Amino acid sequence: MNKTNIGKNSLLYNLEHFFDRYKVIFAVVFGIAAFSVPFLGLSRVTLRLLTMISLYTMLGMGLNVLIGYTGQVSLGHAGFYAIGAYVCALLQVDAGWSFWPALLAGGIFSAFVGFLLGLPSMRLSGTYLSIVTLGFGEVVLMILKQWESVTYGNYGIRNIPKPKLFGFTFDLQNGGFYIIILVLTILTGIFCTLIRNSKTGRAFLAIKEDEFAAIMMGINTSKYKILAFVISAFITGIAGGFYSVINNGYIEPTNFTFNISVLMLSVVIVGGLGTIRGMVCGAALLILFPEVFRFLQQWRFVIYGVLLVLMMQFRPQGILGWQSTLPYRLTKQTRKELEKLNLLPDEVKTPKAQGRGEYEIFKG
Amino acid sequence: MKFLRVKNITMQFGGLLAVDNLSFHVDKGEIVSLIGPNGAGKTTVFNVLTGVYKVTAGSMEFKGEKLEGKTPQEIVALGISRTFQNPRLFPKMRVIENVLIGTHIRTKYNFFDGLLRTKRFQYEEAEKTVRAIKILESIGLYEYMNSYAGSLPYGAQRKLEIARAMATDAELLLLDEPAAGMNPTETEELLRFIRELRDRGFTILLIEHDMKVVMNISDRIYVLDHGKLIAHGTPNEIVNNQRVIEAYLGGERKHAKN
Repeated sequence: MNKTNIGKNSLLYNLEHFFDRYKVIFAVVFGIAAFSVPFLGLSRVTLRLLTMISLYTMLGMGLNVLIGYTGQVSLGHAGFYAIGAYVCALLQVDAGWSFWPALLAGGIFSAFVGFLLGLPSMRLSGTYLSIVTLGFGEVVLMILKQWESVTYGNYGIRNIPKPKLFGFTFDLQNGGFYIIILVLTILTGIFCTLIRNSKTGRAFLAIKEDEFAAIMMGINTSKYKILAFVISAFITGIAGGFYSVINNGYIEPTNFTFNISVLMLSVVIVGGLGTIRGMVCGAALLILFPEVFRFLQQWRFVIYGVLLVLMMQFRPQGILGWQSTLPYRLTKQTRKELEKLNLLPDEVKTPKAQGRGEYEIFKG
Repeated sequence: MKFLRVKNITMQFGGLLAVDNLSFHVDKGEIVSLIGPNGAGKTTVFNVLTGVYKVTAGSMEFKGEKLEGKTPQEIVALGISRTFQNPRLFPKMRVIENVLIGTHIRTKYNFFDGLLRTKRFQYEEAEKTVRAIKILESIGLYEYMNSYAGSLPYGAQRKLEIARAMATDAELLLLDEPAAGMNPTETEELLRFIRELRDRGFTILLIEHDMKVVMNISDRIYVLDHGKLIAHGTPNEIVNNQRVIEAYLGGERKHAKN
């Protein structure tokens, strides 16, 4: 037994099991709190910040499918973000579509482009693939600037209408934007969790861990690497479509520069690669930081940089990037079958964390 | 029809002849060993069999199906699975997930089944997980189920690799130096375990350096040197074979004479 019980008295173990035991209560409390935000009479600035945090949580989750699950680093996700935004905006402004189908169309078109960009991943990996994605982001930006007859070039798209549903108009002031992105983010979180806990998610992780071994186990790695691109691009494209309507009805190419790709990447890495909880944490920190330290003026970016470097040094797995000490989650049916065979593991058995330093964040 | 028949295969990398006109066969239910000094081309044979390399010449048949030109996935699907010289697990995944990766190729539900948690997903996920847990139990890794693979002791990691290979529903297991880095007690246990595997219906092709392991366990042995087959036969025939002794020890004697 002692083989499996290491770490049992650690703070992380206790916290994780505490939260797991009362997870329904926590989910309900969080849900009520999150959905009551628009009725609290918050200022526009606060609502905007909360909306942006939620948006970047969603963007982080999208990028996480690619980096955190399959280990393919993209430096050009602003490209998918832009495609989603432009398709959604143009369909509304020029084709007269309403927001909801346009949003979906933006996501689907972005996913299609993700498929095309995923094709080189069959042959390239690591740094080389990252450079391809970097180029992709720049190419998208160039197209948006140059293809004036369609994209309106540097002038940008103006007068993008606000989303409506059953006569209700969503805007920043009434908390409608916040509610839309909150729902989208929660759906994305569920989506990612379902993928993670299925054969698809396991294949993704196996590719990240050891691609050759994954091939030798019969996994069609090319297919799964492309699939990760498609899923990631879809999520990012949807987020982009949402962004196109919250920006005072106006988007232009400079909203989608390389900086945005880097910000998304930072969310994933600061929060905790491969986790959902980490995306919330990373987005909150990176969106709030510039606001909280506004009094430092230009210096805040220096501090921001220093903090990132320190974090990479002392907590490379990300702030919330620990390995879970909870037992592997068996599906209900699996539990039933195992019970019949008397093979159901008792709950006390806990995994041993892989290596030290997993609990660092909770020490002193 | 032989279970596995390899006929005159040659594997050439540029000017290097890694495997030179090699033929061998494995019958169902046998434990067959490939031995030879370092660089004899044993692992290359495994890589050719599993579709990592395209064979330069020759033919390979498994249960009457041609292996040459098939992708690694197709070969795993036929029922050949392997382990590696140095364990190549998925260290940050749980032990149970590592074994579930092995069942991946036999899991038929698709992406959307997983997303919508359909009946098919529920049924197959339960079936495969139960199977994975049974395998873990049968090789004594049950209590490690929830641990992360990278945290296991070395011997358990080697076993987990075998468990993962078993989970592919393989009939032929290719074990690449399973006893490497094990202490004598662990090796002893491994030997018992490999025999058990055979008794459970697996056919085993083994690469091994440790002569004690090989002599103890093999039904037949093939000896390679510089990519060429220099001898084959039962363990007793091999220990008394002059060419084998030369390949393993003879080089030194020559040096001594010079």
